[in-house]
Amino acid sequence: MAKVVAVTGNEAVANALKQVNPDVCAAYPITPQTEMMQRFASFVSDGKVKTELILVESEHSSMSACVGASAAGGRVVTATSSQGLALMFEILYIASGTRLPIVMPVVNRALSAPLNIHGDHSDAMGVRDSGWIQLWSENGQEAYDNTIQAFRIAEHMDIRLPAMVCLDGFIISHSIERLDYIEDEEVRKFVGEFRQLNPLLDIDNPVSYGPLILTDYYMEYRKAQEEVASKVSGIVLEVARDFEKISGRKYGLFETYRLEDAEIGLVILNSAAGTSKDVVDEFRDRGIKAGLLKPRLYRPFPFRETGEALKHLKAVCVLDRADAFGGSYGPVFLDVATSLYPYRERPILINKIYGLGGRDYMPEHAELVLNELAGIVKTGKVGSYKEYIGVRE
Amino acid sequence: MKLKGWKDLKPGAVITDAGNSVEFKTGSWRSLKPVWKEENCIQCLFCWIYCPDMAIKVKDGKRAEFDYDFCKGCGICALECPGKKGKKAIIMVEEGK
Repeated sequence: MAKVVAVTGNEAVANALKQVNPDVCAAYPITPQTEMMQRFASFVSDGKVKTELILVESEHSSMSACVGASAAGGRVVTATSSQGLALMFEILYIASGTRLPIVMPVVNRALSAPLNIHGDHSDAMGVRDSGWIQLWSENGQEAYDNTIQAFRIAEHMDIRLPAMVCLDGFIISHSIERLDYIEDEEVRKFVGEFRQLNPLLDIDNPVSYGPLILTDYYMEYRKAQEEVASKVSGIVLEVARDFEKISGRKYGLFETYRLEDAEIGLVILNSAAGTSKDVVDEFRDRGIKAGLLKPRLYRPFPFRETGEALKHLKAVCVLDRADAFGGSYGPVFLDVATSLYPYRERPILINKIYGLGGRDYMPEHAELVLNELAGIVKTGKVGSYKEYIGVRE
Repeated sequence: MKLKGWKDLKPGAVITDAGNSVEFKTGSWRSLKPVWKEENCIQCLFCWIYCPDMAIKVKDGKRAEFDYDFCKGCGICALECPGKKGKKAIIMVEEGK
């Protein structure tokens, strides 16, 4: 039986972590940390979990402690946000290269400078190529569900990779929504006992972690890393099928919304996808064939499936809540554009940068973009391939 | 030794065979070579204690020759050697001379 609750995204994810009851959590307790770890620390203090909570002096240290605890043989979690994720950068690569299945919710917030605390995807986009799995979440329910599934995906014996669960800062992390909690026992059964792989604490079978790998082997290890990444999407779908059995909720590599017969479409991550779906409905009511694709597994990016899902459209706008400064287009646009590159017939693509530093993304913005796409389909003319929206001149 | 391909590697570069550093000979790193002068040796075994690479062999409780496969030539043994009557039992000489 599911329990219906009204909670913030932070509370929901903290509850998921409580239900999983990991062995170790190493977290930096101060800003930019969110209330999520405060909630989890209360569970530790109240004896609701058996987790060893290590409070450290920085996020560089929290991820380092997670690496050590995970190599030792524990089920390990942490959480962070914005600057904290940036400070972890170096160790993120060590966690993924060492194939340690650490699970980390990331509350997506802007990077400094200028100093800002609000929703923005620049933090997670900055580490998108670090070898971590990234699951993105539209709302509190998806953040909760993704967190539970992340353990099964990361810890799968064919993968053993760390996973981030991304949710929008404030819009989701601090807003109260109605959502369903799965029973503790069901969650525990779903994630199962943690299975160790070469634990350092197994003194009967001593192992060494972190050796120096020079020119003779480094490239072979990188090729192996690429190969393991290619297995992730299959496991994500397998775990989603099992999750549906206990929750009744369906998950895929991405969500398509009225996309099958669409002519124009939006590609957009996280909370803004919810706003956009309402506007897609309005366009459908007016007889305009609009649709939407919301990436869920953003890393490793399922480029073949994404290309297949979008190739029949006439015009698509990819909306990015981060820019790639000095590059060409926003990060999601680049991935979508390369997914469509192999097709001779493909939609016209445009890119909009929106919502930076928590700037509101309103239904009017989705309407503006869909009208522009309808115009492109009609005239075949593109005004601008990349543009900031919701910005003052 | 035939190098392995990427499909044969352990996940995360973890080493599961203990004690394999014996296969990795580091003696070629040396630019200065310690030479043992047995006539000045008082068998204190300080060199054996201080050597960071276990490159000083002991046989029947007595100091034996250097293990040049693993001696990196750091010179700690020569520094610590008390010698006899002011004469060191270990001296460092340049490799290639």
